[in-house]
Amino acid sequence: MNAPFYKFGLFGEDASLLVALFIGIGFGFFLERAGFGSARKLAAQFYFTDLRVFKVMFVAIVTAMLGAFWLSWLGLLDYTQVTVPSTYLVPQIFGGLVFGVGFVMGGYCPGTCCVAAATGRLDGVVHLFGMISGILLFGELYSFIEGFYTSTPMGRFTLPDLLQLPFGLTVFLVVLLALAGFAAAERLEKKFNPSGEIPS
Amino acid sequence: MSEPFATDHGVIVSDRAEPRPYMSPYLAGVGLGLVLLAAYVVMGRGLGASGAFTSFVAAGVETVAPAHARSNAFYTEYLGDPGTNPLKNWLVFEIIGVAIGGLISGMLAGRVRKEVEKGPRISVNKRLFFAFVGGGIMGIGSKLARGCTSGQALTGGAMLSVGSWAFMIAVFASAYAVAYFFRRQWL
Repeated sequence: MNAPFYKFGLFGEDASLLVALFIGIGFGFFLERAGFGSARKLAAQFYFTDLRVFKVMFVAIVTAMLGAFWLSWLGLLDYTQVTVPSTYLVPQIFGGLVFGVGFVMGGYCPGTCCVAAATGRLDGVVHLFGMISGILLFGELYSFIEGFYTSTPMGRFTLPDLLQLPFGLTVFLVVLLALAGFAAAERLEKKFNPSGEIPS
Repeated sequence: MSEPFATDHGVIVSDRAEPRPYMSPYLAGVGLGLVLLAAYVVMGRGLGASGAFTSFVAAGVETVAPAHARSNAFYTEYLGDPGTNPLKNWLVFEIIGVAIGGLISGMLAGRVRKEVEKGPRISVNKRLFFAFVGGGIMGIGSKLARGCTSGQALTGGAMLSVGSWAFMIAVFASAYAVAYFFRRQWL
């Protein structure tokens, strides 16, 4: 097996768009299954009544991380050919802080508002148009933002690079962190929502 | 579960049936993780959402004001070479899939309904106002961070990118910090 298949030329660009459609269908399907088509379910994360945003995200991260790690360890996946988003540390932290406010206020993130809109949630549709307006505003003001946007570039910079630890050990530590997080999440839910009744 | 009822046309419809409960978050997380892993293995890239909307915005601006769009380095990054269609793009096709996949799952579980998601203490208009403004703030944040919960937190997070983890921690920290001020919208 020579993976990533696309990077090794197993199929061309047109076929990749079909792949995109199917990957998207899988993504949207599990977002809806998880309850992420509902702003109340998503917002419950920030009031400790239902911590499924954290759980779903971290299980997904651990699953994909371990899968990529094992496949590359078995020599089936060329890990260096998988795109890692470049780090621009300061604008990414600031962007995250801004994003968090939008999350609690709007109730969705860019992917989940699509699912919400597709399943009839009017606030999801409105959120989607708000997001498009925000991106347009960013684009129009880009000449003022560009300096900050491109600051602190660090390229392909990963946690093993930062912590100066072997890759496998970092993966193991992330798994431990996630397991501790899940245990904490279960306890928090029992404390803040003892009946288990979730505002649905 | 409520009884199916007859409409004027005598058709039995079951949209009054209780929607089925959501999947276990752990199981849904495994499903999501396997989709992400499939993207790594098949494409050598991850998932995304905000990038697709940026392609829509860039294409829209180019349609209305081509010279203006071409003079902006941010738009041109999403427009590609002149003459190419900016919507013939991997993330654009993926986000169309996201909407289809969400609809399929919602239909199978009886969760498709016209509704505004909100707590009991806020009016529909206020909620929609917050959804629009919050969506706008989120759009700006996702561009500053070069991605959102999909492209950074999930995709970059599983690839252990430092910027993605910093973004993710910042999102949770800020959302918890301001949650108190928006409690009337949700609780």
